Amino acid sequence: MSIERHEIEKLAMLSRIAISDSTIVEVSQRLGSVLDLVDQLQGVNTEGVQAMSHPMQAIQRLREDEVSELNQREALQKIAPDTEEGLFLVPKVIE
Amino acid sequence: MHNRTIAELINGLQSKEFSSVELTQHFLDRIGDLNPNYNAIITVTAEQALKAAAAADERLAAGNAPAMCGIPILHKDIFCTNGVRTSCGSKMLDNFIPPYNATVVENFEQAGAVVLGKTNMDEFAMGSSNETSFYGSVQNPWDTNCVPGGSSGGSAAAVAARLAPGATATDTGGSIRQPAALCGITGLKPTYGRVSRWGMIAFASSLDQGGPMARTAEDCAIMLSCMASFDDKDSTCIDREVPDYCAALGQDVSGLRIGVPSEYFSKGLNEGTEQAVRTALAKLEEQGAELVEISLPNTGLSVPAYYVIAPAEASANLSRFDGVKYGYRCEDPKDLQDLYSRSRAEGFGEEVQRRILIGTYCLSAGYYEAYYGKAQQVRQLIQRDFEKAFETVDVIMGPTCPSPAFKFGSKGDDPVAMYLEDIYTIATNLAGLPGMSVPCGMVDNKPVGLQIIGNYFDEARILNVAHQYQQITEWHDQAPEGVAS
Repeated sequence: MSIERHEIEKLAMLSRIAISDSTIVEVSQRLGSVLDLVDQLQGVNTEGVQAMSHPMQAIQRLREDEVSELNQREALQKIAPDTEEGLFLVPKVIE
Repeated sequence: MHNRTIAELINGLQSKEFSSVELTQHFLDRIGDLNPNYNAIITVTAEQALKAAAAADERLAAGNAPAMCGIPILHKDIFCTNGVRTSCGSKMLDNFIPPYNATVVENFEQAGAVVLGKTNMDEFAMGSSNETSFYGSVQNPWDTNCVPGGSSGGSAAAVAARLAPGATATDTGGSIRQPAALCGITGLKPTYGRVSRWGMIAFASSLDQGGPMARTAEDCAIMLSCMASFDDKDSTCIDREVPDYCAALGQDVSGLRIGVPSEYFSKGLNEGTEQAVRTALAKLEEQGAELVEISLPNTGLSVPAYYVIAPAEASANLSRFDGVKYGYRCEDPKDLQDLYSRSRAEGFGEEVQRRILIGTYCLSAGYYEAYYGKAQQVRQLIQRDFEKAFETVDVIMGPTCPSPAFKFGSKGDDPVAMYLEDIYTIATNLAGLPGMSVPCGMVDNKPVGLQIIGNYFDEARILNVAHQYQQITEWHDQAPEGVAS
């Protein structure tokens, strides 16, 4: 199975992973080989079978809405690439 | 001291034969001397370890020492450690110093264990050979031209090379059991929900489970007793009492019904591996266990289902690495979009990128039902196979992987060749069942693993079966050349 160039470009955009022009053919081939593998699923009769998303069918536990964690902004921002006055800095978004 | 098991080391510490500082220094010296041969450890925390060992010695002297007080261990570099770099084998997290401990790390600290450092692994636990690590491959101590398996290859190689008596690991599709098999040690993947995932960097959240690696089943029992806990911070953790796994190790295997799935002995299984596993089964039969032929008809579908579900979950989990709050950021981003795309392209390795792309594809509009929906239905079929089998048998056994350790680069460029390495281990993750790998023989001087799969929360039973097997065999005592001396 091969994936078209425009599909790879769309995937790259959705995944926010830059793919260079020089590797796009190789990426497409290897993804195609994995998709061939998973395409085996298409032939399986799963009529009436419930989708299984979790081995334990667990339910979400609820708790009281109260403060349980201390504010650790400084500790958490110490490992950020770029911050200023308690804010995370990114390149300018609005001109 | 490095030839002793955790159980023996606990005795040595309690009888004051040696101190935790002496023991810790001994392992740190070994790591300094031998780790360059194997590249099993990414970060050594010598200073913290010696400090923790000194504190452990005080508690031992005071007579109020917890279960693993003073025992040195290693953590897979996927578990967050407060103040110690946690890389997950990735350039993306090469500079990441977590401000908190994973629950597993906290539990071992409570139990008094001493952390020697953090082990190498496939990047974000995605791999079966440890070749995808940003920090380079790990060499298998049995044959340094061969892979140790993955993704917990560093933990497995470190235990095999006796750089630590035990190590933590994680298993999403076989990442504890396969490297344990290829390195000739004992490893256990618990039932999904038995061990907290909090602070364990997420790969595929409905499959990931932490577990212990050590040389014996008894040591794994000691470690799991400390490692397992209910944790409010992990919404999928099961609120269920943690039994004393060591207390259950005395049962003999007579009357035990062992299911032997025909699908686990089919085409592609190495002859020597099959022979070793069959011999192990015969040995248990001699002890009074009963072998029952069973069928897990959907086994062949587990790899395809996994390569939809795991990448889909990974693509969502790894979206947090965006170059903004922590981790790698590219140089001179020209705008926000460029910052995201280039930080991720430069920070993630090839295999991680591939899985994110596959996951994104399977979840994207128009494909969701055909891929993700279908894979989840097949997952249900796979679980039913096990459910049916466990109506008639107590445990299921077969090989852990199709063949012994392979040479670096031998799986070529096709990712699928590597994926098929996990054909016998993946189904257990999809079903959420506990599984172990125990050394059961040698092929071409390389270890073979026997896989033991249990029913939900039956860790005590499979640990006991493995322990009984290790009472009548010596495969777990074997050491790679030059390691035991």
